[in-house]
Amino acid sequence: MNVISAKIGQPVSRIDGFAKVTGQAKYAAEPHPPGLLYGVIVNSLIARGRIEAIHDEAARAVPGVIEVMTHHNRPHTALFEKSYVDGLGVPGSPYRPLHDAEIRFNGQPVAVVFAETFEAAREAAMLIQVDYERWPHNADFDAALYQKYMPSKTRSNYVPPKTRGNASEAYALNPIKIEGRFHLAPEHHNPMEMHATTVIPEEDGTLTVWDKTQGPQAVQTYLASALSLSGKKVRVRNPYVGGAFGSGLRAQHNVFLAALGAEMLKRPVRVTLTRPQMFTHVFRPEAVMDIALAADRDGTLQSIIVEGVTDTSRFEHNMENLVIWGLIGYKCPNATADYKIAPRDTYTSSDMRAPGAATGVNLFEMAIDELAWACRMDPLAFRRHNYSDIDAMHNMPFTSNALREALLLGAERFGWNERPLAPRSLRDGKELIGWGMATGIWDAMFSPTSARARLTSDGRLHIATAASDIGTGTYTILVQTASEAFSMPIDRIDIELGDSTLPECPTEGGSWTAASAGAAVWLACQSLCEQFLKLLKKNKNTPDWMKQDEITVAEGELHGVRNGSPVALSLQDALSFIGQDSIEAEETAKPGLRGKISEMRKARFTHSAVFCEVRVDEDLGIVRVTRLVNAVAAGRIMNPKTAASQVRGAMVMATGMALHEESLMDERYGRFMNHNFAEYHVPSHADIPEMDVLFVDEKDKEISPLGVKGVGEIGMCGTAAAIANAIFHATGKRHRNLPIMSGA
Amino acid sequence: MNHASPTAPCRLRINGQHYAADLPPSVTLLDLLRERLDLTGTKKGCDHGQCGACTVLIDGKRVKSCLVLAVSIPDAAVITIEGINQDGQLHPMQQAFIDADAFQCGYCTPGQIMSAIALLEEGHVHSREEIREFMSGNLCRCGAYNGIVEAIEHVIAQQDQDSKGEAA
Repeated sequence: MNVISAKIGQPVSRIDGFAKVTGQAKYAAEPHPPGLLYGVIVNSLIARGRIEAIHDEAARAVPGVIEVMTHHNRPHTALFEKSYVDGLGVPGSPYRPLHDAEIRFNGQPVAVVFAETFEAAREAAMLIQVDYERWPHNADFDAALYQKYMPSKTRSNYVPPKTRGNASEAYALNPIKIEGRFHLAPEHHNPMEMHATTVIPEEDGTLTVWDKTQGPQAVQTYLASALSLSGKKVRVRNPYVGGAFGSGLRAQHNVFLAALGAEMLKRPVRVTLTRPQMFTHVFRPEAVMDIALAADRDGTLQSIIVEGVTDTSRFEHNMENLVIWGLIGYKCPNATADYKIAPRDTYTSSDMRAPGAATGVNLFEMAIDELAWACRMDPLAFRRHNYSDIDAMHNMPFTSNALREALLLGAERFGWNERPLAPRSLRDGKELIGWGMATGIWDAMFSPTSARARLTSDGRLHIATAASDIGTGTYTILVQTASEAFSMPIDRIDIELGDSTLPECPTEGGSWTAASAGAAVWLACQSLCEQFLKLLKKNKNTPDWMKQDEITVAEGELHGVRNGSPVALSLQDALSFIGQDSIEAEETAKPGLRGKISEMRKARFTHSAVFCEVRVDEDLGIVRVTRLVNAVAAGRIMNPKTAASQVRGAMVMATGMALHEESLMDERYGRFMNHNFAEYHVPSHADIPEMDVLFVDEKDKEISPLGVKGVGEIGMCGTAAAIANAIFHATGKRHRNLPIMSGA
Repeated sequence: MNHASPTAPCRLRINGQHYAADLPPSVTLLDLLRERLDLTGTKKGCDHGQCGACTVLIDGKRVKSCLVLAVSIPDAAVITIEGINQDGQLHPMQQAFIDADAFQCGYCTPGQIMSAIALLEEGHVHSREEIREFMSGNLCRCGAYNGIVEAIEHVIAQQDQDSKGEAA
């Protein structure tokens, strides 16, 4: 562990690294209380209908089986549907596990087998037979498009597109234009750790729930409400989360079923999904975007028309901010967009890394590349010519936007100025080489967050907030923040995250945690320090030099001036004067610089410029990404080491979006059929080249108290388009469907 | 199908310790480690041999423990992530993973590390491309691939230096 450079902005190695490389980090399926029962879920094999009968006799006969829980025998749960609305607040009628006989989607849990061993539960689960009354269903996206609609109640974070000028007239009048339907296949998050929950009934009657979630407090609230338990009875813990990428935003059915089973059987229970079962809940929606763009002969964008649709379930109205991104980023005088959702009989689609933008930015940036080529302009020059210095859709200035610098920096690192304009210009033997680029944009959000700082008599600083580190580096950057705010070496700082009993923190997601939890920890540490110094000054036992205004805490010691000479004292000794074992402060960070309204009227985004080289085997059509450069403007970077990993990780996922990842629907059954890693391809080592991530210096005092914007999603936005655009440059062939399969 | 679970003898050396028990033959080595021995450092990511999170060393070779029935490898020597530290010190590969930021969520990490240790033994380390190819059985959804390759190259360089030192 590097204890010398510990402040914000230093490349500190992850403080949770030791636990992770030694296997000591405990994930949701890993606590092992005595008497643990294993729960295995049985899934519906139809997409819509009613359960007529469940035959569980053979399952119950398997030695070690304790119970088969179904809608017939489950314990009482909340009566009202609204009690099942989870933290994400998707409008509609939430799915209630084992509520009744109705089947709403293929893969819906119909029973849970509990047994003394995992093997017995698994065997018994396979023996359960279910009779169904089948109802007609539709799981075909193209058919669902005929039923597209705008829900009367929208998701709270939905940003409606704003029209400006007359886009259809401008499209008709301008000479250079492109139009077409762009498509993204559904994708599954597929974190390496499958969703899992271990529920432990404690002796005092409380339930301790180890869950794979991005929001322990959201799950706590959900369980308390849906299971009709009082809020205090449940404690949710997620100190280590094996990736989530959005799949842990909603309370998943495994946590409900595990808690229900523990209530029913009064024993500890573990429910782990299988990898195929990971394809029975949330996924990134399938999307189409009809995009029409027109430019004048100077290559000035004159018209943007976007109509986008994403899919949702029949029972909830999931929405994304799909169509707005081009209207925000380009200063085109005429622009309009429309967004709708299309229902099909599956589970509800949900947020996956950079929801809305990952799809909307990448597909739009592929269209922009088509228009740039139609204008016979270099795609970078086209963007620099048309890009807006304000949020062009809301006509609002940005708090900061260093995209122009990012474009320059990225282009220089990549060597973009060597690029020939025409496709099929570069070749190495039988490989065609292409260079493509795109820009990225993502919200820089902030959510009110609380944190606690406590100084104890051993001279250690303890930080706590209910944030989740899902691999994001949150433990590390918050320790760095505390180290700087309190002036304390990081090896004397302890941090607790991932526990619903800690100070309030919103569900981790959307890249807001660094800015929000960072600000909360900063405030708590400053407040603690002030309180500490004040207590020293007013205490009658302290020596005179400690009563002076000059005293400060620096590098974990108390410093002051005695008889004209500097003096230092350990914090343990200083604390002993006060006569308290510990002192603590809890603070809540709110958006804006002290929450001024004027600062809310500014647009808040991160930006990026992505450059890509691909090689395409001319005979076989195999595409290899050989170089990726991403220049990111994301305000202040708290830890360039972990931040670069965040961006690289998203670029890997975006490579999957561009080339590999596609959940294939079997419309006959309403089930994603390639539900495993052999058939749903996530990028592997051999698919990924060295990736260059550069951070542009971007000072922003308005975005958040620490000037931080967050970097979790931005790497998704633009990278897939840069790859697709590079493929065009290599081959001269346009693709409008992602993923672009080899040989397509 | 009402029957008493048949069992079979299982005898292993796990991280140097002898283990013997009668187990149902359906117990995989992975589930034995995780659910019966509380060695949860070995991870389950797919249970189908597709992701590599459960990689352990069996008699020195890297194996996906989800595809091995515990009773099927009598007297085998199994090494897991819990068994690779050296005299209480991190194995050089573990330290290199921390230094190179070769993980994010940490879930695939034990498997990656076990695989990387075996990779060096196998000698598939002549180029970055070869490392990538021979590490491709270990998926990382956080996308820490660059860091993992960097960590492996660092350990190779360290070993080269050490062997030169010994030769001198």
